[in-house]
Order: sequence, then C-alpha cells, then structure tokens
Amino acid sequence: MDFLKLSPIELEALRLSLWVSGWSVAVSMPFGILTAWVLARMRFPGKNLLDGMMHLPLVLPPVVTGYLLLVLLGRKGVIGALLYDYLGVVLAFNWKGAVLAAAVMSFPLLVRAVRLSLEGVDQGLEAAARTLGAGPVRVFFTVTLPLIVPGIITGLILAFARSLGEFGATITFVSNIRGQTQTLPLALYTLTQMPDGEMGAMRLCVLSVLVAMAALLCSEILARRFAARMRG
Amino acid sequence: MTRKQGNFFVDAAFQGAASGVTALYGPSGAGKTSIVNMVAGLMRPDVGRIIINGRCLFDAARNIDLPVEKRRIGYVFQDGRLLPHLSVRANLAYGMHLTPVDRRFVNFDQVVDLLGIGTLLDRRPARLSGGEKQRVAIGRALLTSPALLLMDEPLASLDAVRKAEVLPFIMRLSREFSIPILYVSHALDEILNLSSHLVIMQDGGVRAYGYLEDLLSRADLQTCFGPTESGAILSTIVENHEDAFGLTHLRFGDHILKVHRLDTARGETVRVRIPARHVAVALEPPGGTSFQNVIPGEVREIAAHCAPFVDVRMDIGCPLWARITRQSCQELNLQVGLPVYALIKSVAVSLGPSNECR
Repeated sequence: MDFLKLSPIELEALRLSLWVSGWSVAVSMPFGILTAWVLARMRFPGKNLLDGMMHLPLVLPPVVTGYLLLVLLGRKGVIGALLYDYLGVVLAFNWKGAVLAAAVMSFPLLVRAVRLSLEGVDQGLEAAARTLGAGPVRVFFTVTLPLIVPGIITGLILAFARSLGEFGATITFVSNIRGQTQTLPLALYTLTQMPDGEMGAMRLCVLSVLVAMAALLCSEILARRFAARMRG
Repeated sequence: MTRKQGNFFVDAAFQGAASGVTALYGPSGAGKTSIVNMVAGLMRPDVGRIIINGRCLFDAARNIDLPVEKRRIGYVFQDGRLLPHLSVRANLAYGMHLTPVDRRFVNFDQVVDLLGIGTLLDRRPARLSGGEKQRVAIGRALLTSPALLLMDEPLASLDAVRKAEVLPFIMRLSREFSIPILYVSHALDEILNLSSHLVIMQDGGVRAYGYLEDLLSRADLQTCFGPTESGAILSTIVENHEDAFGLTHLRFGDHILKVHRLDTARGETVRVRIPARHVAVALEPPGGTSFQNVIPGEVREIAAHCAPFVDVRMDIGCPLWARITRQSCQELNLQVGLPVYALIKSVAVSLGPSNECR
C-alpha cells in the first residue's frame, strides 16, 4: 500500500499544479474569448500581425518563450520593473509567474478553439436578435456566447491540459522552487534526477494521467449536456 | 420611403400603405431583400431617406442613421432564424422584454392564440417543423410591438402544404393588428391573398407602385408577372351560393361570375383574379359550351409579347385579359373595338381578400 501514499513533495506538486492550471485557464479565458472575437469578426490593419503574435508560443521552443518572459517581466525586466515599482507585483520565481507562463503557453490553443466556433456562428442569428431590440453587447452575451459554448469547452480543456503539462517556459521563467513553482512535470523531472525517486516519479506519472482523464471526462459531459439542450 | 444605394444596384423610391400589407414583388435578384435590409438597418444605403409613418429612421442628408435595435422594425426572415439555444417561449419573449412596457401593444397570449403555437412553447426550435418555425418567427417579431413588420419571403422555404398552414395566419395578422407590413415575395398568389398595395421591383429599381388591382391590370406591366401569371383582378360582391352545384355567384357590374363555393357571407367583397390563360374569346355567344361564364365585352388592346401567343385586353365593365394563340387571333380577325364574348372557366379564378383599404 506504500505505493499509493503520496510524499509531501508529490502532494504539493499536485495541489500546485491544479492551482496554477486553474488560475491560468481562468485568467486567459476572458482575454482568449475577446481575442478570438476580434480575430473572427473585426477587420483592421495589423490583424495578421496580432494573429501571428498570438500564435508565437505555439511555434517557439517553450524555453525561448520562458526566457522572453523573464527578460520582459522579471524583476529587472522592461515591464516587470514597472509592475514592481508601481504596483508592487512580482511575477518572477513565484506561483503567479507560473500561472502567467502556463497562460501564455496555452493561450493560442484556447483562442483557436473559440475562434473556430465563432466563425461557425450564423451571423444571421445575431442580426435577428438586433432587429428584436438587442444592442451589440446584449447580442454578444445572449446569442453569440451561448452558441460558442462548445468551442469554449474545447478551448478550456486544451488550455487546461497544456497548462498542466507546461515545463520549459515555467522552469526558465520561474525556476523549480518546491511549493512555489514546482508543478507536476517539474516535480516528476526532479524525482527522476534523484537516486531513489523512481517510485515517486511513477506515482506522479499515474496522477498526471488521472488528472488529464478527469478533465477530459468533465469536458465530454459538459459538451453532451449542451448538445442535449440544443436538441430540446 | 425614399431610398437609394449608389455603389450597389438598388435605387428605389416608393410609398407603402400606412396600414395593411404592401407587397414587394419582383424576380430574384431584383433587390427586394436589399430594400428590406436597408429598412431594418442591416444594410446602409449611401444616399436617401427612410421614413415610416412619420418617423425618420435614416436620412443621409441629415446624418440620421438609427441603429437596428432602435428602429422598432419587426423582421421575419426567410429562414426563420430562431435562436436555437432558447425555447420557443424564450424566443417569443426575447424581443418583448426589450420593449418598454408602456410601448407594448401586442399581447403575448393573443399572439400565441392567433398563431396557434400554444402547444409548442416549451420546445426548442430544432424540434419544430418548417411551418411552425415560421409561425414562431412571426410571433417573435410581432411581440416587439413594431412600427413596421418586414416579411422577407416568409413562405419561400416551405412546401405547398406548410405554406397553406402559415398563410391564413398572416392574413389574420394584417387584419387584427394595425401594423403596416412590407411583404417580400416573388409568388403572385401569396401577394394576391395578402396585400392591397404593390411595389414592383425590376433590376434594382422600382418599376411601379400603387394599388394592387391597378397595377395588375396595367398592360405595360404584364411582362413583369411572367408568362403564366398575367391576368386581371376583379372586385366582386358575393351574390348568393348555389349549394346544389357547389358554386358561388359573384356580382361585378351587371355581370355574374360563377366560382367554386366560397366560405363568405352574402354581400361581402371578394377579390378575384382571372389568369389570362384561362380566358378564351368568341365572336358570338357560344351554344353548348362547358364554359360557365360567358360575358360580352369589347376588345381594347392586343398585345403580342410572348411568341405564339397574344394577350387580348377586353372591356367587360372592367379590364379582362385573354391569352390566345396568334393564329386564332388572325382567324377571328380580332381588332380593337370589336365586340366579343369572354369565356371564363369557373374553376379558373384565384381569390384574394376583399379590398377594404380602398
């Protein structure tokens, strides 16, 4: 039965991973939906540039993204120094930084899923809602948003999974500090470097699979509920 | 309403009826839907003015352009466009709740009752038939208590059975609510059933507008109605019913027109349309014929616009069109001013509502 007992390191890593991934998804969701809407519906100069920038974390090596974050948002970084001086916020080497790294890395996945869903929404329905007296903001919240729920669910599960697995950008930006930034993958990596860490590593491995499966299951249930609702 | 759109092809100016149904008729691609979208505010005209019963919605010169949601226009789309994530009840109430209480004059229960959708309220749009969807869409637009109701071919996506299911509701609607309706269609029979005013569109422009009967009887407009649609419209009064043969006698002027049994009371006004292809011409009153209606008249015009046929306009107290072959025209030696007999098959009439608006 010893195998099932988690050591403090592993327990901390699990808790921190869920915490960081949860925050990462929560923080990036409103921005992700907004970005997806802007990319799907608006036409403006520089749209391709925005689209490209948004996709960078997907194509860059994660370590590069992490390093860029460190340069920009570290205590001495261009933006990080301002954040510290004026708001007293420090992102480097703590859990907030880990959240940011995970959010940045998973952002493109979220945006892509939501955008795809948005492009599938019949704009005729939005026009119909406007003729019924709803302003653009109300139309967004009462028509567009409910109709892209499947896309949002998909985006959230992708972003959550990506945040859970985030390694390169996190270790570069916020390092591997136990209880602060040592998430599941980082803990797993640490255990594999230790002489008798195999059992712990195996346990974390199983845990990762379980968490991922649970997340998938949740999204599947939500998606089915939505489909059933639409069928009446 | 005056309206123009420069970069596009639509350039239209017309005035509809202040109440009742104005039909916007024309072939597809004539710009009907563009007109309706501009009235609704979904499309912006470059120049022009849109005024509805004294309320200005758009005026390029004065820089007025009310947003869609402030125009108080009910719009029934060709494809229904019900919100799929809401129940029928929520769809109906969506616009109603956005209308200030003091401006609502359309009652929820009244609309549900009129459209016969009481049993559908808790369903989702995905579970409705085409006809039911359109009825809900009509109810939804109606419940915003609009200043004008736009209907863009609301029956076009339905088969004949479903059409017959929805059409009577639209007819009742125009009578029960004093909301002017702009009804887009390229089906003449729908228009005849519904409207008092007609706007004929062609190639993005308005060919003519005015009273339906006047336009339908005008010789120069006959080509607009297509080769099989031309005909005359008569306003008649129900004289009596002849139950033995299942016929109804309609009086117009000094003549009686026998048609199949109608469910209308005696003395009521009924609009009758007689397609030109169902009318024959004779020089003498024929004996032993199956034609129930033989009416004396005089040739007023012979129009040759579609190859083997000519359209003959006769005066039988009102204009009547007959489509005959060019050959028979020559053999009978028809000429303007010649007294003739018009032969009308009694089954060949399509009926529209009485024309109370005149």
